[in-house]
Amino acid sequence: MNAMPPLPKQRKLSLKERYAHLTRGLGWETTYQPMDKVFPYVSYEGIKIHDWDAWEDPFRLTMDAYWKYQAEKERKLYAVIESFAQNNGHLNITDARYVNALKLFLTGVSPLEYSAHRGYAHVGRHFVGAGPRIACQMQAIDELRHAQTQIHTMSHYNKFFDGLHDPRHMHDRVWYLSVPKSFFEDACSAGPFEFLTAISFSFEYVLTNLLFVPFMSGAAYNGDMATVTFGFSAQSDEARHMTLGLEIIKFMLEQDEANVPIIQKWIDKWFWRGYRLLGLVSMMMDYMLPKRIMSWAEAWEMYFEQAGDALFEDLSRYGIRKPKYHEVASKEKHRLSHEVWSIFYNYTHAAAFHTWMPTEEEMTWLSAKYPDTFDKYYRPRFECWTEMQAEGKRFYNPTLPQLCVTCQIPMGFTEPDDPTTICFRSADYKGERYHFCSDGCKDIFQNEPEKYIQSWLPVHQIYQGNCGGAEVKDVLAWYHLNFGTDNFDYEGSPDQKLWEEWQAQKATNPV
Amino acid sequence: MSKVSITLQNTDEGRLLVEAIVADNPAAEVSWMPALTKIDCEDRLSLRRETIEARFGRRYDLQELQLSLISLAGNVEEDDDSFTLAWAQGAGSRKA
Amino acid sequence: MTVTAIGRYEFKSRDRLENFHGNQVVYWHWEEHLMYCAALALPLPPSMPFRTVLTDILPGCYNLHPEWSRVEWDTVTWMLDQRPFKPVLDASLAANNIGHKSLLRFWTPGLHGIGGCAT
Repeated sequence: MNAMPPLPKQRKLSLKERYAHLTRGLGWETTYQPMDKVFPYVSYEGIKIHDWDAWEDPFRLTMDAYWKYQAEKERKLYAVIESFAQNNGHLNITDARYVNALKLFLTGVSPLEYSAHRGYAHVGRHFVGAGPRIACQMQAIDELRHAQTQIHTMSHYNKFFDGLHDPRHMHDRVWYLSVPKSFFEDACSAGPFEFLTAISFSFEYVLTNLLFVPFMSGAAYNGDMATVTFGFSAQSDEARHMTLGLEIIKFMLEQDEANVPIIQKWIDKWFWRGYRLLGLVSMMMDYMLPKRIMSWAEAWEMYFEQAGDALFEDLSRYGIRKPKYHEVASKEKHRLSHEVWSIFYNYTHAAAFHTWMPTEEEMTWLSAKYPDTFDKYYRPRFECWTEMQAEGKRFYNPTLPQLCVTCQIPMGFTEPDDPTTICFRSADYKGERYHFCSDGCKDIFQNEPEKYIQSWLPVHQIYQGNCGGAEVKDVLAWYHLNFGTDNFDYEGSPDQKLWEEWQAQKATNPV
Repeated sequence: MSKVSITLQNTDEGRLLVEAIVADNPAAEVSWMPALTKIDCEDRLSLRRETIEARFGRRYDLQELQLSLISLAGNVEEDDDSFTLAWAQGAGSRKA
Repeated sequence: MTVTAIGRYEFKSRDRLENFHGNQVVYWHWEEHLMYCAALALPLPPSMPFRTVLTDILPGCYNLHPEWSRVEWDTVTWMLDQRPFKPVLDASLAANNIGHKSLLRFWTPGLHGIGGCAT
């Protein structure tokens, strides 16, 4: 090759200049086809955008920097995953019960990362401005990385523990996984601006701290270095996604006053949808971590009540208020995890993970963290269940539950002001009855009934004959769940037997 | 009153970043948890490249923060020399 | 209200009666007994006498609860779809105006759950 003459020495571009070249120089007005044909989805939701260039990624991340830092994150993560496998890291977790939280994570959360990848790839194609398009495309790649690294990390546990063998298949079929699945499909089937309000703002910015921060810190506390590493590797991207969420909301609000009521309605809807989904996280924190960092109620106070106050005060200058029913969520914080754990305890014979009754020591912790509710409402129930189990009659609810049409969770939530009475709400639409767990879920239905009358409710699907048969065994086979190993109580499970063998070996064979 | 917040990993670099933040923001409150450190500060918090470089003993590109960040709360403003989190001053005045 | 969509947006309900092979879904809930975490969903023929549900169906659902054997049906109070209700025991579900996806809540006087705390 001929040597090129050296280029004249140029001043290094600043961060702002580099970002401007990437996001302002690469977009153009199309001429072969009109812009509204090239970007067919940007106007039908009613959001008005006058100046796409007003949107800026405050991190000003350019592609070269993106690849450089993402590659560095991957190098660090895979070093940990490999050493975890080589050193039999699974032997150092506090207790095998903990692995059940990973089973729920792998089947419930990791497939959402993949759905998010698809969602952001889609909206990244459909925005007119190059700034948001590039941010969405980077996020699409991040989300794919999260799905892959989570599956890769947890594959190590799959070598030893049950219930981790077919998460993608289970996500599409298992009854409680219809909760996260339908949440994301609801968002992905909305328009691009609602999708961003749902996932980038309500979910990523307002709510996912509750999943990734205290729960991952809990993973570390319980000796699971592999999970905490993928958690924080993902969360380092998440901080960028959160910023995108806040920026896109401010961008829409600043573009046109007419956008404000549309966005408020979406914030109301997606706060409640996300909060209901996080019910699963509440039980992971209070019941599934053998060593606990903080209670669900404390996490809710720190990450929603305090952080949310600051956020919504900031947004009040645009006329945005706190999401509707946030006060109901705060009323529920002292009972949410106990109610959700009770639901799963009822139906563990049909789940891909084990449940158990807390030990006396754990109940003492729960009493201390929930002084107004635990001893009064839940301890008597748990003590009764513990006694039944001691008599060899572990309680399993033999009949399928009523589900909420919107969130699809069994209708186990109680009235906002009465923890002893189930909250029943219903609506008629075109001559048919629909049932909801809360005013929040009922409002969401009534705003878009045509969407939710299509809900694929697992209980009704079983009764319609669409899930492999009428017996629990048939349905579990259709779920790809192994009857007798993946399901039932932790007490007596193959997981427990294996764990106790390892502990016995450790005791007789100290390293 | 509104607090901004940043959460960092408890790694070697993360620990040095926490020191730098505390040095530049005397009002910052630091909470330690397993594997992470959360820093809260009234209204605003800034990281300055110079302060970080003095602790790291090498050139530091503020975008390297991506490697240590876990979470944040507040509006972000970043350029070559500083990274700032802030809530809007005087909420109520709507931008044009 | 309707769904904001790019085209016509109309669908049939996924849980319409005709999809249940002659049954209708009826929800039953024993109040103050939250050991059973939620109302139960049962697919039942509309022609089934109300009494048959009490004698043949519900015992298999609820008899794990220590208070179940003390339920006296003559004293039970009922709500059907948010309204007070007195079942005619020998009439069918349909004749009792119990339709597809109806909700029946029942209270058992004197039985308020384990320790009286609605469990």
